Amino acid sequence: MASLDTGPTTGPLGGPVTGQSAGRPARPPTSIRPSRRLSPLPYLLVGPSVLLLVVVLGYPMARLVVISLQRYRLRELIRGSGEFVGLDNYRAVLGDPFFLSVVLRTVVFTAVAVTLTIVLSTAMAMLMRRMHGWARIVLQSVLVLVWAMPALVSIAVWQWLFDFDFGVANWALSSLGLDSFDRHNWFADPKQGFVVITGLVVWAALPFVVITLYAGITQVPKELEEAATVDGASGWLVFRHVTFPILRPIYVIVASLSVIWDFGVFQQVYVMLNGKPSKDYYLIGVYSFIESFGVNDYGKGSAIAVLMVLMLLAASVVYIRQMIRLGDVR
Amino acid sequence: MRTSTTAPTTPAGSALGPARRRRRRRRLSGGPSTVATVAGLLVAAVMAFPVYWMVLTAFKPGVDILTYSPRFLPTSPTLANFRDALGRPNFWSSVGNSLVVTLATVAISLLVAFLAALAVARLPFHGRSGYIVMIIFVQMIPLTAMIIPLYLLLNNAGQTDSLIGVVVTYLAFVLPFTIWTLRGFVANVPADLEEAAMVDGCTRVEAFRRIVFPLVAPGLVATSVYAFIQAWNEYILAYVMLSSPEKQTVTVWLASFTTQKGTEWGPLMAASCLTALPVVAFFLMLQGRMASGLTAGAVKG
Repeated sequence: MASLDTGPTTGPLGGPVTGQSAGRPARPPTSIRPSRRLSPLPYLLVGPSVLLLVVVLGYPMARLVVISLQRYRLRELIRGSGEFVGLDNYRAVLGDPFFLSVVLRTVVFTAVAVTLTIVLSTAMAMLMRRMHGWARIVLQSVLVLVWAMPALVSIAVWQWLFDFDFGVANWALSSLGLDSFDRHNWFADPKQGFVVITGLVVWAALPFVVITLYAGITQVPKELEEAATVDGASGWLVFRHVTFPILRPIYVIVASLSVIWDFGVFQQVYVMLNGKPSKDYYLIGVYSFIESFGVNDYGKGSAIAVLMVLMLLAASVVYIRQMIRLGDVR
Repeated sequence: MRTSTTAPTTPAGSALGPARRRRRRRRLSGGPSTVATVAGLLVAAVMAFPVYWMVLTAFKPGVDILTYSPRFLPTSPTLANFRDALGRPNFWSSVGNSLVVTLATVAISLLVAFLAALAVARLPFHGRSGYIVMIIFVQMIPLTAMIIPLYLLLNNAGQTDSLIGVVVTYLAFVLPFTIWTLRGFVANVPADLEEAAMVDGCTRVEAFRRIVFPLVAPGLVATSVYAFIQAWNEYILAYVMLSSPEKQTVTVWLASFTTQKGTEWGPLMAASCLTALPVVAFFLMLQGRMASGLTAGAVKG
């Protein structure tokens, strides 16, 4: 945490980085201050969004917390109101060792998927910088194409790639001499199932992260890296001490977003397993959904969802600080 | 990690001493290399393969799909799978529903978000920090956690199985993102331009309309296209909220292929192509512009 402190006068990066601010003296983020502090204009501009956010997010969030404190099953759903039971739902969830195993599975899954995403996309972004122009455009187009795939389409395609009978993955592996993959069911063993699911999640997440990182890398002043190279630093040292510190805010953002997305993974499990994942496949989002819409225990499902949001919040303090800085500086 | 806070103004390695400088030009990071190009093209091939396989399968006749020795090039392309997919019930109505829901979501969120972005990026006001914190915070809430309360909200309002209800739920995840992205685009317009206009006698609102709006227009296009894609691709909310088949959106229609016993891969892949097509077209128009919107200002300082 303390490492985020870059001093009061520097920007979010801890120093003047591009030429934009070099020529001009530093000035406060909002340079034109209206003479009257209480102009109604900003409030008029922000008003509609606040109103809408309260209706579509604020109220449902509050409702989620309320329902998590209630007994809310099919009967209450039809009646439209629940019955307060205090912390019973939380007690039931937290007292169940199954919940802990789901949380653990979700954390491991998130850690693996995010690490793979960040490492692979860093490698790809650095690679893109050294590619010939035309080839880079080819790779960029492929990335955009993959990025554009609707999640549901990707899931269908990956199901097909890993199909039991005619999937090309089984064909490729058994052609390589691995006979056990002839008519191999990837989803019988959750470990292998999660290999496929992780592959899909990382594959689908890479384009956004690579393109974002690459956009950041192109803004890193060449002189800085060249100076370091001239001084004898190797490629890795240049990355570690020059490129990475400059890209740090972008890394914070993409890593945090990846954590948020991967921690909340739902469709890739639920749809991939045709809407009936076995309990070994439950991630926390899947668990919350099935508890609610499968078992019709909305109270317990809400309690799980609240716990999920709280865990994410705790994990994303750095992200929030980074984003607030970004929003405040301009 | 900790050492990375060293301000980048001191180029790393400057302490290495002048003797090492003689090894200059050993390898400056600039020039393109053949090795990197080949490696990059291999990566592109691996990344593209699932998409290629989808398109290829969609054009294969049934016998070529259900085979233990798959072919990797189109030998006898056919449109049969597309005819099959298009002939399934509710395809056109689901495309229509998706369009209605998506366009309504984009229109509402873009209008509301642009106004908010102007205020957040340009004007000081009480609660500005609080507002920014709120926008960031709500983007972190996983959609999965919101399904239950959104469903119950619509259930109480009698709006389940209605497209209006779906638009409301889509605003919940499209709007915060749109505000944040547009904020980035507005912030990228130099404030000096408005200052100049205001010195010349424009009011604040006029300056917004005449100076900021035209300059942000590409950003507005980019954001609306991205919002379009998010709404078009959404599945789980539509699946939970809409129960009657004639109201389903295109992703729900697509999912109805897989739930049947024994998936028919040919028609499913053709349907997947059809579902992805408008989005891919939009995305190729956009290129990488969205990424720069999200992190605008992160590197520029």
